[in-house]
Amino acid sequence: MSTAIHKSSHGSVHESPKYKGKVLPLEYTSHEGPLNILGFWIFLATDLILFGCLFATYFVLRTHVDGGVTDKELFDNITSFTAETVILLTSSFTSSLAIFAMRNNNKKRLIGWLIVTVILGLSFVGLELREFIEYYHEGYTMSRSAFLSGFFTLVGTHGCHVSLGIIWMISIITQIARYGIDAINARKTFIISLYWHFLDIVWVFIFSVVYLTGVVS
Amino acid sequence: MKTWWRKGLFLGALGLLFLTGCSEKYPLLDPQGPVARKEYHMLLLTTILTGIVIVPVVILLFVVAFRYRDRPNSKAAYKPDWHESKWLEIIWWGIPVIIILIIATVTVKETFALQYPPEKKEPITVEVTSLDWKWLFTYPEQGIATVNYMNIPTDRPVKFVLTSDAPINAFWIPSLGGMQYTMPGMAMRLWSQADEPGTYIGKGANFSGKHFAKMSFKVNAQSQEDFDKWVEEIKSTKPALTNEGYAELSKQSVVGESAYSSYPEDLYMNILMKNGGEYMPNHWMMMENQKTAQPTK
Amino acid sequence: MLDRLKEFASNFFVTGEPMIYMSDVAIVLVSLAIIFTLTYFKKWKWLWREWITTVDHKRIGIMYLISALLMLFRGGVDALLMRTQLALPNQHFLDAQHYNEIFTTHGTIMILFMAMPFIFALFNIAVPLQLGARDVAFPYLNAISFWMFFFGALLFNLSFVIGGSPDGGWMSYPPLTELPTDPGPGENFYLLGLQISGIGSIATGINFIVTILKMRAPGMKLMKMPLFCWSVLASCIVIIFAFPALTIALLLLMIDRMAGAHFFTMTGGGNPMMYINLFWVWGHPEVYIVILPAFGILSEVVATFSRKKIFGYASMVASLMVISIVSYLVWAHHYFVMGASAGVNSFFGVASMIIGIPTGVKIFNWIFTMFRGRVRMTLPIYWTMAMITCFAFGGMTGIMLAAVPIDYQVHNSYFLIAHFHQTLIGGVVFGLLAGLYYWWPKMFGFKLNERLGKWAFWFFNIGFYVCFMPQYALGFMGMTRRVYTYPADAGWTSMNFTSTIGAYMMGVGFIFMVVQILYSIKYGERDLTGDPWDGRTLEWSVPSPAPEYNFAHIPEVEERDAWWEMKQKGQSLVQLNHQKPFEPIHMPNNSGRPFIMSLFFFIAGFGLVFNWWWMGAVGLLGVAVTMVLRSQERHDSHYIPAEEVQRSEAALGRF
Repeated sequence: MSTAIHKSSHGSVHESPKYKGKVLPLEYTSHEGPLNILGFWIFLATDLILFGCLFATYFVLRTHVDGGVTDKELFDNITSFTAETVILLTSSFTSSLAIFAMRNNNKKRLIGWLIVTVILGLSFVGLELREFIEYYHEGYTMSRSAFLSGFFTLVGTHGCHVSLGIIWMISIITQIARYGIDAINARKTFIISLYWHFLDIVWVFIFSVVYLTGVVS
Repeated sequence: MKTWWRKGLFLGALGLLFLTGCSEKYPLLDPQGPVARKEYHMLLLTTILTGIVIVPVVILLFVVAFRYRDRPNSKAAYKPDWHESKWLEIIWWGIPVIIILIIATVTVKETFALQYPPEKKEPITVEVTSLDWKWLFTYPEQGIATVNYMNIPTDRPVKFVLTSDAPINAFWIPSLGGMQYTMPGMAMRLWSQADEPGTYIGKGANFSGKHFAKMSFKVNAQSQEDFDKWVEEIKSTKPALTNEGYAELSKQSVVGESAYSSYPEDLYMNILMKNGGEYMPNHWMMMENQKTAQPTK
Repeated sequence: MLDRLKEFASNFFVTGEPMIYMSDVAIVLVSLAIIFTLTYFKKWKWLWREWITTVDHKRIGIMYLISALLMLFRGGVDALLMRTQLALPNQHFLDAQHYNEIFTTHGTIMILFMAMPFIFALFNIAVPLQLGARDVAFPYLNAISFWMFFFGALLFNLSFVIGGSPDGGWMSYPPLTELPTDPGPGENFYLLGLQISGIGSIATGINFIVTILKMRAPGMKLMKMPLFCWSVLASCIVIIFAFPALTIALLLLMIDRMAGAHFFTMTGGGNPMMYINLFWVWGHPEVYIVILPAFGILSEVVATFSRKKIFGYASMVASLMVISIVSYLVWAHHYFVMGASAGVNSFFGVASMIIGIPTGVKIFNWIFTMFRGRVRMTLPIYWTMAMITCFAFGGMTGIMLAAVPIDYQVHNSYFLIAHFHQTLIGGVVFGLLAGLYYWWPKMFGFKLNERLGKWAFWFFNIGFYVCFMPQYALGFMGMTRRVYTYPADAGWTSMNFTSTIGAYMMGVGFIFMVVQILYSIKYGERDLTGDPWDGRTLEWSVPSPAPEYNFAHIPEVEERDAWWEMKQKGQSLVQLNHQKPFEPIHMPNNSGRPFIMSLFFFIAGFGLVFNWWWMGAVGLLGVAVTMVLRSQERHDSHYIPAEEVQRSEAALGRF
């Protein structure tokens, strides 16, 4: 893929003055790279609004317990959600280390850090599932009260996002193993790391708005 | 060319249509109480204010399109590159700004005014509950209840307190003015008043299921003496509404008019609470009711 | 066994109405006819290769357009059934249940499955060509968007014959739409159909923002971009910020219905208000999503047919952006009478009125574009004039509705119905039709017959006023929306009858439009130049229909109205072909996966509608597998060799 062809066939992508005279990171060098990365940023904006709506709903329904369990009573197991938080924050860090390895063109390290990230992600999801199952056995289900509906939906949606990210990351790891660090894989890895950081930020909000507020209230 | 006179002919026909329509009943254009009148005046005001801009603009559109239509040997000016004029643009950013400013000011003023009872008189309270597919009216001061019709005294503010024990509906008496949704678990206030004795039609205005179309009710406005007489008559001739009776009434059905000499005292509160009243800002509405029950101005 | 099967079938299929049986027969016959024709002419492969797997924005645009017109037909038939029922008092043409279903599907289809694909059709057809690009930023995602819309719409429409139609109104307010009061699967069809097509809409929003920001021809600064592209940008910004709210509203209601949650129920602490807020946080911006592109179309049409630069370009851009921002601050005007305080109502009322200011500016600018121009009275300009007129008066009644005290009286009355039809038909549909006639030659290579088009225009226009002006009067008479019948003594008969006549006139107008299209396919004036209207923007610099790669050489843009300026200087793209050597062109590959993935979404949706969890799981698993396959895909593009480009340009008479 020569740059000349890109230029002639796809208009202004490389014309943008911002990139002129600078060495581009690998993920920006293919034609699709900058497009996909910008597109993904916009997607994250929509996803942020999606979570914003769920947060708003949770916030409105937080006290609507219908005589059932309140958030203070529900979140009595502080170690559980603190562990989840520490694990997810660490995984965000390791995914950054993966990008760092990618920049240094170190395929082994890149794969290694991504695998660590996946394992941390899996343990996060596992802990969350355990927490949910525990609640379920205590009779705290979604259909008990509006508060519980809001809680399970908000935290569950985040959990689904993480699970999807894990599948996606595994798919990318296999590709890096097969094809090495090239423009395409660099772009894919960069985007999944954006996604991962985003989920981390959402979790920080869940941690503070849902769990901490609940414990403190 | 033919197309233009066709348009004119059509507009004329449309005008005729409206003229002939004048024999019909237009409760919104013939307000029967101070609240409806306020809203009607607002309607007139905005029609005029927006009309004085929009009608000339539309005329201008057709004049310009006609004058500069493409035809052989057109003598009209042609300036294909003329595309900017600071002053012209300031003018037409300015005109709508001014008009909107006026309408907005009046809107805000009137919106706040409509929070208060229309007159400085002792109001009467009617609690309204929308059911599937009927209306229940309870009179906390008189202790009676009616279904699908209500009587109110004239010349006296009526405070409707609205809720629903069924999907959301909306309470509307076009002749007397104002509308408010009836929401499960929420008690919402609507001020109204009738000037003259008469029978006005009320409507359920928000779709609430299969027989929503049958949810109209009658409002009989009568003088205070007639109203008192009517209350006495209901009290002496009609049966009482029991909790069982209410349970039966609240089932999905279409019923006619009926009246009850009494109803369980906490009926309305129970309806509110069973539909999540504890989570709704009813206290705010209720306090507001207390605060504004006596006119502040 | 047979009995159980019978019982299942009687629940599964909609029964009892002769009209439904007739439609069943019609659907089966049409399907058989399509299958037979495709088999007889051996077109299956062609269909798969050229259309179903295509990622070409022009073809996707055409598929959107066809779907939109089909949905316009279905929504229109719904409208005629409603008007027939209301023509006279106490009619039994439709019963209450049937009427409730029909107004629900009418509203949902018209806004989500007619207006949305219609604007997307024009986005797809015009935007890349106007920008001087070879496709959108994400052609593959574009195909996913279309097929998600398609299967979402299919799922929704299926409810007509299977399971039963939704009957909770197009806003589907809980608690009415919760299980206790709405147990049938109809509401599930609504929730899942909208959800699936909504995902496609968000993807389209992202796609076109990136396309516009990143794919413009060299030299085309943002402020040199055609106004239609600006309007698409504004519209897409609204899409990406508004649609997630709909996604959540639908999701939560679905969880309520399927998992017994208590978001919007009357019991368990649920709060129906929350749904109404979420719905309108999307719902009001949604109407700007569909009207903004119409504004853009008008700007293109007026300038082109006046042979003059658009007046006040900067104002036009500013007003588009102001509208897209303020559109987020008006949602609560849909429920002034839901117990909000005077302060809240005043804020949302005034914010809603403010929208009138930039809109007014646009109208002035259009008029002054015609001023000192040469206005050619063609079909696009007819619809433009009709749109400006109708929308101006629709905007006027809109300001009345924004004036809170007036809304206290006319909310949910026929006044409101007349108002939003005037903005949505008179504004959106008229505007989109102007765009349709304008870009039709670019899409298909021939013009639509003007004579038949004018018949359609007059029937539709006069019909519109005859239909909806009486509805303002009905609002003043106190007629509320969504009533399936009314008593004879209400005094509403003559106005309702007149309105029904108008609706049928619009129906006749639509038939003329269909006839016009069919006639023009055979006899329409062929467009051999690629520039039938003496256009101003780049889409008219390429042949009609444009070749697969759009531009053999990407033009360098220096001014606004790039093509017009080139023509003034005596330049053309044909010269470019002679001056520069042909080079291989990088193009995306076709793919069947968007179709298959959306099909799996459909399967999952259908399963969930009937709470057949296994089927939902199969569908979602299929979605996951196709997504992983996509993630594993590394080479999804190819090069058209230079010689082939040269040959193709030569065949088009351009080399």
